[in-house]
Amino acid sequence: MLALGIVILAVGTYGFRLSGQVLRNRITIPARARKLLEIAAVVLLAALVAVTAVTQGHGFAGFARLAGVAVAGLLAWRKAPFIVIVLGAAATTAALRLLGVT
Amino acid sequence: MGSIWRTLDRRTSRDIALACLAVWLYGLSYGAIAITHGFALWVPAALSVLVMAGSSELLFVGVIAAGGNPIAAALAGVLVNARHLPYGLALPPGVTGTGWRRIFGTQLMNDESVVFALGQDSREKQRAAFWVCGFGVLVCWPGGAVMGWLLGGIVHNTSAFGLDTVFPAIILALVFPALRDRVTLRAGLTGAGIALVSVPFLPAGLPVLLALGAVITACWHSAS
Repeated sequence: MLALGIVILAVGTYGFRLSGQVLRNRITIPARARKLLEIAAVVLLAALVAVTAVTQGHGFAGFARLAGVAVAGLLAWRKAPFIVIVLGAAATTAALRLLGVT
Repeated sequence: MGSIWRTLDRRTSRDIALACLAVWLYGLSYGAIAITHGFALWVPAALSVLVMAGSSELLFVGVIAAGGNPIAAALAGVLVNARHLPYGLALPPGVTGTGWRRIFGTQLMNDESVVFALGQDSREKQRAAFWVCGFGVLVCWPGGAVMGWLLGGIVHNTSAFGLDTVFPAIILALVFPALRDRVTLRAGLTGAGIALVSVPFLPAGLPVLLALGAVITACWHSAS
C-alpha cells in the first residue's frame, strides 16, 4: 500500500511535469502571454514561500519560522549572498527556539 | 558537461552550487522527520529520487504518519505538485532537452531548476542552468534525505536547528530578483495573500494554485 502510494505520487508528479511542456509545444504562445506565464511561475513560487513560511497543515507554523523567513527576505533585499540568506534564516529560527519562542 | 559549465557565468554556477547545498540541508530535515515518524530508510530514499519534489514528499510522509491512507496521501501530494504544469508552460521549448533526453530532463523540473532557468538571458544558458541545477538537486536532495534519516536516529529534535525554515528561505532568495519588477511584485504579493487566506479552508496544494488568480493583476496592467 505504501509502495503503491509512492508510485502514484511519482507518476502523477511526472505527469504534471510533462503535460505543461507538451501543451506548450502544441500551441504557439504570443510574446505577451509568454511574459504572463513567467509571472505566473513567480506567483506560484511566491505563494509557496508564503504558505511554507506561515503555515503548517491548516494552522499557523509559529513565530520562530516566520521570523527566520522574514530575515531571509531582509537579507535578500540587501542583496546578501545566497548562503548568508539561507543560513541567516535557519540561525534566526534556531536562536528563537533556543530562547523558547515557538 | 564541459560545455555546459562554460556556458554559465561564474556567479550563476556558484549560486546554483549554494542552492543545491541548501537543498541538501532541507533534505537533512526531511530524512530526520521520516525516521522520527518511523519510516524505513527506503521510503525517503525512493520518494526523493522518484518524486523529487520536497513539499509533496513531506506532506505524503506527514499524512501517513497522522494515520492517513497512503493512496489519499499520494493524491494530496500530486495536488501539491500540480504547479509543475504551469512551470512546463513557462519554460521555453528545448530547455528540458529534446528526444530521449527529455524523458530524463522532465524529472529534473523542480522549483529551483525552473527559477534558475527563467533567470537566464539566452536559450543556451537557460538549458545549462536547468540541467546543472536539476542534476545538483537530484544528488543533494536524496543525499540529504538519507543522511538526515541516519542522523535523525541520533539527534532527536531537528526542528531546534531551524531546518524547516530552509525551504521557504531558498525559494524566497531565488525569486527575489524577479520580484524587483513592480508588476511581478504586485502579482506575487497578491498571490501570496490569496494562498494564505485560503490555507485554512482548502486541501494542501490548492492554495498555491489558487494564487495563480493574481496573474490577472499583471494582465490588467499590461492592457492599460
